[in-house]
Amino acid sequence: MTEEKVIRKKIRATGLMAQYMKEYFLELDHCARTGEKKVAWCTSVGPAELLHSLGFVVHYPENHGAMLGTSRIAADLIPYANTLGFSPDICSYLTSDIGSYVTNNTPLTKAYGIEKIPKPDVLVFDTNQCRDVQDWMSWYARELKIPIMGIHAPKYPSEITEIHVESMAKQTEELVKPLEEISGNKFDIDKLREVIKLSRECTELWGKVLKTASASPSPITFFDGTIHMGPAVVLRGTPQAVDYYKVLLTELEERIANGEGALEEEKHRLYWEGMPIWGRLRAHSELFANLKACVLASTYCNSWIFSSFDEKDPFRSMAKAYAEIFIVRSEEYKEKYIKEMIDLYKIDGIIYHDAKTCPANSNCRYGMHLRLEKETGIPSLILNGDLNDMRLVSDEQTKTNIEAFIEQLEEN
Amino acid sequence: MSKKVYIGIDIGSSRTKVVLLDEMKNLLGYSINKSGYNFAETAKLCIEDSLKMANLCHDDIAKTVSTGYGKRNVEFADFEKTEIGCHAKGCYHYFPEEISIIDIGGQDNKIIKLDETGKRKNFKMNRKCAAGTGAFLEEMAMRLDVRIEDMNALAERSTETIKIGSFCTVFSATEVLDNIRKGKKVEDLVKGLFYSVIKRVLEMDSLEGKVVMTGGVVAHNPLIVKMTGEELGIDIYVAEYPQLTGAIGAALYAMES
Repeated sequence: MTEEKVIRKKIRATGLMAQYMKEYFLELDHCARTGEKKVAWCTSVGPAELLHSLGFVVHYPENHGAMLGTSRIAADLIPYANTLGFSPDICSYLTSDIGSYVTNNTPLTKAYGIEKIPKPDVLVFDTNQCRDVQDWMSWYARELKIPIMGIHAPKYPSEITEIHVESMAKQTEELVKPLEEISGNKFDIDKLREVIKLSRECTELWGKVLKTASASPSPITFFDGTIHMGPAVVLRGTPQAVDYYKVLLTELEERIANGEGALEEEKHRLYWEGMPIWGRLRAHSELFANLKACVLASTYCNSWIFSSFDEKDPFRSMAKAYAEIFIVRSEEYKEKYIKEMIDLYKIDGIIYHDAKTCPANSNCRYGMHLRLEKETGIPSLILNGDLNDMRLVSDEQTKTNIEAFIEQLEEN
Repeated sequence: MSKKVYIGIDIGSSRTKVVLLDEMKNLLGYSINKSGYNFAETAKLCIEDSLKMANLCHDDIAKTVSTGYGKRNVEFADFEKTEIGCHAKGCYHYFPEEISIIDIGGQDNKIIKLDETGKRKNFKMNRKCAAGTGAFLEEMAMRLDVRIEDMNALAERSTETIKIGSFCTVFSATEVLDNIRKGKKVEDLVKGLFYSVIKRVLEMDSLEGKVVMTGGVVAHNPLIVKMTGEELGIDIYVAEYPQLTGAIGAALYAMES
C-alpha cells in the first residue's frame, strides 16, 4: 500500500511576510542593543497601540513562545523553568520562554542572527487571556528589575457592559503617565488615533483573509493561518501589516476566482478549536491534507480580529476590543460564536485541542463539545496534546483519532 | 471452483489477530499470535495458520484489509481501516442495533457508539495514559508475580473488595504494594485491579443502547464483563469472538469493497 499525498498549495505572499517579520525582529534587536528606542514587552492581546504611540518597539513573549514551539526546542527548555518552581502543568509558553531566557537559547539566533531575546525597558500585560501572562511577565520583572504594569480584564462575561469597558479604559489611561516616563516621550492622542486606525485596517484585512475560507474549496487552511497571523500579532498598528494583508487577500481572492483550494482536493471542511500544536504543525497539516480534510477555520486565528477598534474613541474602543475576546468569555457566548462559525464556514466536523497546559484555551472541558454536537448535529473530536510541550503529545493516538474521525465523516 | 475468502488482519500492540470469512460471512479460520517486533512476519504467520485451519490456500484469498497499530506494516493488504471503524463493523455484525462498544485492548481503550443502522455516532479513546488497558494488567501481574492468564481465576476467588483508586499505573502499583504490606490476599488485589480497569473505562464516556464488550482483556477475563454489568446494573453482551472483533470488522470491510 502506498500513502496518497495530497498537494498543499504554497502561498506566494509568504516571502513578503518573512521580509517584514525579519525587519521587525532586527529593529527590535537593534533598539534593545543601542537604546535608540525603548523596548516594551506586551502580551499578545495587550495594549500594543498605546505602546506604539509612545514610540516603543514591542516584543511579544507569546510570539516567541510559538517560535519555541515550532522550532521544537520547547520541551528541552521547559525543565529549566520547572527547576525555578514553575510547574510542568502551567502554560508551556511561559515555561519554555523562561527556559529559553535562562539558557540563552532562542530561535531568533538561527532565524535572524539575533544573539539574545531583546531586553525590555517595561513589561505590560493584560490578563484577558489568562493569569499566566501576568506571572510570566512578573518573573522577568523580578529577574531584570524592570517595571511591570498591566490591565486586569473582566472574566467570563456573556455580554460586555459599560462597566467592563469603563474599567478597562480607565486602567489603560492609567498606564499613560508611567509609560511616558519610561519612553521619554510625551503622549499624543493623535498618534494613538493613527496607530489605532492602522490596527483597525490590519484587523479588517486579517478578518477578510480568514473569511475567504468560507469559499468552497477554501483557499487557506488553519495551518496557513497560524503562520500568516504573525503580522496581525506583532505588526498590528504598523503600515507593514496593512500592506501585507492587502497582498495576501488579493492572492486568496485570486484563488477563489480560479476555483483553487489550499488543498488539491477538499472533501471535508473542519474547524479547529483551541491552540495549535506548534511542534506538529506541519505533520498535522499533512495528515489532514492526505485525508482530504481541510481544517480551514479556527477560533485561534480569529482571536486577532478586533472589530471594535475606533480611532474616534481610542481608549474605550481599545478597552472594548481587548475585553471582548473569545478566550475570556462565558460558555454561553462561546457556544453561540462557534455555532456562527459552523454556519459561516459550512463545517462538517470540529477538532477540539485539549491542551494540557492551557486550560484557558481548551474549550472542551466543561461539556461544550457535547452540547454543541447535540444542538448542531456536527460531530467533534478531542485531541489531547499541548501547544508547546511535545512530551504531552502521542502521535500514534492523534493519528488514529483523526483517521477514525474522518472515516466516520465519510461513512456517515 | 475455489472458495473466495476475505482476510482481516488486526495488528494490536500486544497481539496480532487474523480471521478468514467466506462470502456468507462465516468464520472459516483464525489465528492469534504475539505481535512481536516484525508485524508483517507475524501477520503472514497468522494468515498461514488461518488458511490451514480453513483448509484453504493463498489463491483463495479475494481481498485483505489491515487494521490496528501495525496496519501500515502489512504491505500485502489491499487497504487499511482504523481499529475504531473495524471494531464498530465487527460488533454491529453480531449486534445489528443501537450499541455502545467498550473495547479494552493491550494499549488503548475505546468506547464507540453506533446508531441502529450501524453508523458511528462518536467514539472516545483513552488519553495517553495506559491505566485501564491490558498493559496495566500486564504490569500489575508482574508486580504481583502472577501469570496474566491466571488473573481471572484468582479474581473469581476474591472475598474482599479492595479499591485501587489512582489514575496512574505507577501510583496504582504503589497502592498495590501498600495492600501487600497490609497482608491483603492476592485474589482480592487482582479483583481490585479489575475494578480499577472498569472505572477507568467507564469514566471515558456515557453509554447508549445495548452495551457490548470486546478485546483481548475481555476475552481472557470474563469476570470483567460480569463486574462491569454489576457496576452499571445492566446486562452486558459479548461478541462470539471478543478478541477477533476488529479483525472480523476488517474482513467485512474487505468484503464490502
